[in-house]
Formats: sequence, C-alpha cells, structure tokens
Amino acid sequence: MGFQPVKFYQTGTFTVGNRLLAADERSVQADLSRSNSINSGHRACQGCGEALGARYAIDAAMAESNGQLIAANATGCLEVFSTPYPESSWQVPWIHSLFGNAAAVATGIAAAMKVKGKTDVRVVAQGGDGGTTDIGFGCLSGMFERNDDVLYICYDNEGYMNTGVQRSSATPPAARTATTMPVGPEPGNPFGQGKNVPEIAMAHGIPYVATATVADLRDLEYKVRRAMSIRGARYIQIFVPCPLGWGAASHDTIRLARLAKESGMFPVFEAEHGEVTGVLKIRHKVPVEEYLKPQKRFAHLFGKNAHPETVARLQAIADRNVRKYRLLDEEGN
Amino acid sequence: MNTKPYAITLTPGTSLANLTGTWRTARPVYLDRLPPCNNACPAGENIQGWLFHAESGDYEQAWRVLVENNPMPAVMGRVCYHPCESACNRGQLDSSVGINSVERFLGDEAIKRGWKFDAPAPATGKKVLVVGAGPSGLSAAYHLARLGHQVEIHEAGPLAGGMMRFGIPKYRLPREVLDAEVQRILELGVTLKYNAKVANIEQSMKDGGFDAAFLAVGAHIGKRAMIPAGDASHIVDAVSVLRSMEGEDKPMLGRRVVVYGGGNTAVDVARTVKRMGGEPIIVYRRTRDKAPAHDFEIEEALQEGVMIKWLSTIKQAGAGEITVEKMELDDKGFPQPTGEFEKLEADSVVLALGQDVDLSLLEGVQGLEIVNGTVQVGGNMMTGHPGIFAGGDMVPSERTVTVAVGHGKKAARHIDAWLRGTVFEPAPKHELAEFTKLNPWYYSDADKTVRPVLDIIRRQTSFDEVQGGLDETNALFEARRCLSCGNCFECDNCYGVCPDNAVIKLGPGKGFEFNYDYCKGCGVCVAECPCGSIKMIPEET
Repeated sequence: MGFQPVKFYQTGTFTVGNRLLAADERSVQADLSRSNSINSGHRACQGCGEALGARYAIDAAMAESNGQLIAANATGCLEVFSTPYPESSWQVPWIHSLFGNAAAVATGIAAAMKVKGKTDVRVVAQGGDGGTTDIGFGCLSGMFERNDDVLYICYDNEGYMNTGVQRSSATPPAARTATTMPVGPEPGNPFGQGKNVPEIAMAHGIPYVATATVADLRDLEYKVRRAMSIRGARYIQIFVPCPLGWGAASHDTIRLARLAKESGMFPVFEAEHGEVTGVLKIRHKVPVEEYLKPQKRFAHLFGKNAHPETVARLQAIADRNVRKYRLLDEEGN
Repeated sequence: MNTKPYAITLTPGTSLANLTGTWRTARPVYLDRLPPCNNACPAGENIQGWLFHAESGDYEQAWRVLVENNPMPAVMGRVCYHPCESACNRGQLDSSVGINSVERFLGDEAIKRGWKFDAPAPATGKKVLVVGAGPSGLSAAYHLARLGHQVEIHEAGPLAGGMMRFGIPKYRLPREVLDAEVQRILELGVTLKYNAKVANIEQSMKDGGFDAAFLAVGAHIGKRAMIPAGDASHIVDAVSVLRSMEGEDKPMLGRRVVVYGGGNTAVDVARTVKRMGGEPIIVYRRTRDKAPAHDFEIEEALQEGVMIKWLSTIKQAGAGEITVEKMELDDKGFPQPTGEFEKLEADSVVLALGQDVDLSLLEGVQGLEIVNGTVQVGGNMMTGHPGIFAGGDMVPSERTVTVAVGHGKKAARHIDAWLRGTVFEPAPKHELAEFTKLNPWYYSDADKTVRPVLDIIRRQTSFDEVQGGLDETNALFEARRCLSCGNCFECDNCYGVCPDNAVIKLGPGKGFEFNYDYCKGCGVCVAECPCGSIKMIPEET
C-alpha cells in the first residue's frame, strides 16, 4: 500500500536518484530525459516551491501518459510566472482561460478527446489554492460530481501570492497575510474551519484523492502515476512552500515542506472512493515551533510579545492530524 | 504578410530567452570537502574514497585506492585504534561507520584473491636504505619502491614486522596475515636483509652506496623502574616477554604474574599470560579512566579474567610475593602514596612501563638532535643530518602502528623529493566536512554491524583471533552506511530539487554542473545536498 521505499542503499529512495539504484528504482526527476514540463527562464521567485512542485507533478504525468498530456491552468502565480506573453516555459500542450474555470476547461478538453476517440490523451487541470479552494471551487465540485476523466492538481501555498499575499481558505490560522495582519487579540488569520479540499473531494466519493509535498519526491511521483493509472475524477493537493509569501529563506523551501509533514501540520495521505488507503508516516516527529519559526508570517507568535497559547492551538491541530491519520508508527506512538 | 493568428502581434517564444541568472546575488559551486575520517587518519588514508568503491561492491578497486596510502589493510583492520571512527559524522546520527571492519574485509579479500600492487614507477637509479622492518620501515619501503627507487631494508631481527610481530599478540594479529602483507611489499622489488643490525648508519650508507636512509628502528628497550628487589625475585620487561612468545622458548613466568603498568602493552602481556594458563594481575598506579590503554582492551581483558589493581604501586619485590602500596589521586589527578601496604602473591613481575629507543647506530652522526631519548625530525621527517630521515616510535609522536605507517609514507614522499632535488609540497587540505554541513535527513536509518567475537573459553585458553571479520554481505552493508561527507556520490538531489532546471547532469561518474544562465541562486541545492558537496559563494559585484 502506498509508495514502497527502497530500504537501504546509503540513502535508499530518500534522494532523487542514486548512482547504484536500478533505473526503475530512480525517480522521473533523476532521468536525463525527463520532460522538464516547465523549462528554465520562468519568472518564479528564487526557491519557488510551486515551480518545483509543478515540474515534479507534470513530468511524472508526462512519463505515465507517454507524453500524451494536455494541461489546463487556472490564473495564479503558476500561470503568470510561466507564461508572460509571448513567452512560455511550458513544454506540454497548455491552456489558460480564467481564474475559476480550470476544472471546467479540463472537463471540456476530456470530453473533446473522448468524442475524437483519442483515449490515450490524458488531461490535467492545475491551479493554486486560491483558484482551487475559493474561486474555482464550484467548477471543481462539478467535475468531481460528474466524475469527469481529469486529474486536478492543486499547488497549495496557502494564499494568494500572485496578487500580494492575501488570505485564502487554505491559509492556516494565525498566519500573517496582507489581509490578516498581526494585530488585535488574535493576530493573523483567525481560527476557523478553513477549507479542507482533500476531505471535501473524498466526500464526493471520487476514485482517487491524495496529498503530497515537494519534500517527498518519490511519494509525490508515485501518487501522480497512481492517479494517472485511474480513469475518472482525481484530485491531488501538493504542499508547495512560498518563500515570498511566507517570509522564509529561499533555500528553506523543501525543508519547510518536510517540517510541515514531520510536525503533522500537513498530513500526507491517499484515499480511494472516499476512504483513506495509505499515509506517509512521520519519520522524525518535531514540535510545530520548528516549522513555524523559520517563517516571518508566524513571527508575531514568538519573541517579545509571544503568543504561546496560539502556538499551542496550532500544535493541537497537528496532534489531531497525527491522531486522525495515524501519522506515527505504532511503536513511535 | 501577417501569418499570425487574430490579435497576436508577437511571435510566441520560449522562456529560455529570459536569462534568470542575472537575478543572482550568490552562486552555488560544487566542491570536495575533507571527510572527518580522512582528516583523522594518522596514515592519511582516503577512507571516503575507498568506501565509495566498496559501496558498489568493487572491492578490488576499493583496495587499490586504500593501498595508495597504506600497504597493509589486513593488519590495519585488526590493530588500528581507528581514530577515523571516533571522528565519523555518522556517529552523530546513529553510530559511526565500521571503517576498521571494512578495511579488514578488503585486506582479507586481497590476501584470499591474491591481488598484487600496481607496478612501480620507472626506476630512478637512486638507492635508499631503510633501517628496521617494522610498520614505519615497511611503509616507507613500499612507497619508495612505488616511486621507482631501489630499496633495501636492514632488519636486526630474524623476522619482519617489528612491533607488529614482537609487540602485538597473535590473538589480535594472526602471523599469516602479517606475513602475507609483508611478502606483497617485498614482491614490489624491495630487498629485505634479516639479522642485519646497522651498527653505524653513516658507514652502512657508504658501504652500500645509498643516496638516503630512513631510520625506523622502533623502541624496543623496556623501561626499568627502581624496585627494591630480593635476589630470588623474578623481574622481566614486557617487550622481552612478548618477543619471546614468537620464539621456541616460551617465557617462564610461573602461575601468579604481576604486570606493572597501565598501557596497551601491559594489557597485552596480561592477556597473553592468561592464555598460557597463568593468573595475571595488572598493577597500575592510577585509575581506569586515567590509564593509557584503550578502554575496549581493558574491557576485553577483564572479560577474560585478568585482575586489575588500580591505584597501586609496587614497593618491593621478593621471592614469591610483592608489596604494593595503595595510592590516592590528588587534586591535580596525580597519584600520591597513602602509606597503606598490601602483599600479593607473585611468581614474577613484568614491567610494562614504556619503551626506549636503541640509538646506538647514530653515534657520531653530525647534526642529530636527541631529546628525551628520541630523534628530532623536521616537518619533512629529516633528521638534522641531510639525507637521513627517521620515523615511527623512535621520533616523538604517539606510538601506534598507524602513526608509524603514516610516518613511513610521509618520509617516503619527502625522501623522493629530496633525491630529485625538490621539495615535496602536500596538496592543500580541503575545508572540513563537519556534520553541520550535511543534510542527514536523506540517509537511511541503519545501525552498525557488530563483528563476531570469539567465545570466552577459547579466548582464555588459545591464541585464536578474538575479533572475527565481516563477510561480503555485511561488509557491503557497512560500507553503504558511509555518508560520503563532503564528496558527491551522485544522488541526483541537486538535479532534482532545482526549481529552475539549472543543474546539468553530466552522466555516471561525471557529476553535475550549474547552468548559471538560469540559476537564480536560491540555494535549495545546497540545503538539500545530503553530503555537503555544494556551497554558496557571493557573486562579484
């Protein structure tokens, strides 16, 4: 069940490749002939997690579909930094229409392919968390409900980064954004339910739902390949740290994704037909502080006017995830 | 003519036109850092380098890289105190890599499979005299021979190996292993003359037409202590006891044997006595944590039933018994007498109080400086007399086989340069690959492989080797625990994690390059390199 790691050769499958692993044990990203779906020269910030996550995901989808792939893209950072007219970084057939309709556009492409009898051509839709969890949510839910043959990939950087770091329904509690300033008794984004789209997708009972991070490449590639092997509506949410929007160092992008997973703040799991079928276990459990402290969007929780009670509430969220998804091995519990 | 679609005025193009490298304020560069194991090795072995080949199962290549610096891996894999393992970064993760056990495996494989050294360089026509066939002399002879010099070793004794034979008991170093590795050195074309004690070094050099000499006579004279002793008391020194174990006439020490001293030699003698059926008791004036012997050796001796009396000095030795005085440590950690006495049954007393150097061959040589019984040498291992170099136990340093082997190599390189009329400049050391330079997340969790140990009864009654070796499967496992600190092992992480496709993969064995046209200098590759083989440097402004 889930991604099966190679247990041991120095780094096993924790690293991208390895000189002594057999070719089929290496990642798509280790391959010289990976499709480089988003090529060099794109205008993403230094250390952009979304640029990285999109290449990881689309390269894996390209590998699994033998290059027969069409991508629809919602408005957002990914679209803006990759395709400023007239240049494009995309090395796949790619279409952008509106902020909120990527799922609907992809549905249309899938229907067109079906009519033309091109069943080998597969369709992905992609967008940021704003275009997915807020603006495009109606189209997305419709795509799920009709079980359209589309893989929808959400690159979750927890805010509207393209337009200047505003809050989205995926922004975590207490985080500072341009619209949730660290003022008042509960500084930053207020605690609420947020919007957990992976669970909402599961509630639609679609064939496949998964979460992944840019820190676990092998797991991410496995999930994209797994999703591509299934027909019908599929949803993957990939956690992609945003150095600019989170106030983090550009070199910490993968580290932050790792800490989000290892602290329990971002549970990594997969589900089929509404039931969880696998989780990526926490390897070295860390307190949420370790994840929060390198990010300036949480700086107001620490230092002179610290809010330890808020940190404790965030820890409680992480602990709940650990419990709910059984993120720790039994012996580590 | 406009062939573009409606409302399109610019020709579509690729983002490759946008050279994002101009954004950069710092750039990543690949580098090799010095692994802490290599840094700690007294013989200057490229440990990470030979483990790299062992990891892929290419044991012969691993062995060849190993013997570039040390010709006796099977010996080292048994007697070296492996400072490399103490320095190993993996020790901060779970436990250090069993470098010593892999080294022994490679050495044993080489003997089993009959691997020979690479052919020496073309002959230089120079002749070098090496005095002493111990670890230092053999190492120097090996390196000099590889460099193309004609080497002759003059050994005072009837067998080669020096302290490896006459100081280290068989249960730690089986003699067939030693013989095999010595023989391989001789097969390089080194001449070894036994029972050829050099009485006067200058005369010997003149007689043989030698262009240079390397002295490595060791330290074989047991230090004496002033112990008031009766006529009937039986007092011998540890070196003589261990040496006589190699001959036909085993030493007659009686049943109760008191060994005086707290070093490795004292422990070796006591464990030898135990194996001969005696009852050894070590008397040492300080405490266990202050004893110069390695703690694992003390532990093994205690397991085998060796008694140890800490904080005791011998006041008097008589027939069949000795008197010891209890000591206590003062504020500064020095032992002070207490005036409390105790009698111990003792058929003989073995003094293991350290050794002195026999310097008689140096009498009358101009320019030599002798301090505290050791020959002073410069950074190039040359004595005050031009052309005469020295190393091993006879020069001031820690007295271990590994240090001696290191001296031999270092001296050989300087002798070679001296013979060519140049000066040997060692390559500058790379910066150290400290643990903080690594990203240990990426390494698999894997505990150290423990070598099998001989059962206790056979340890008490035979001279069979105490510590076993690894077999191929667990040697490979152990080699693969190496973190490859500071040296790229082609894990493809940099190639994978770059958000800008700015890393060029050059193919197996060739590593990687940065494409600075597009590298934005984010530093993700540096942060995610497991082994610390990339660093950021500021761009020139």
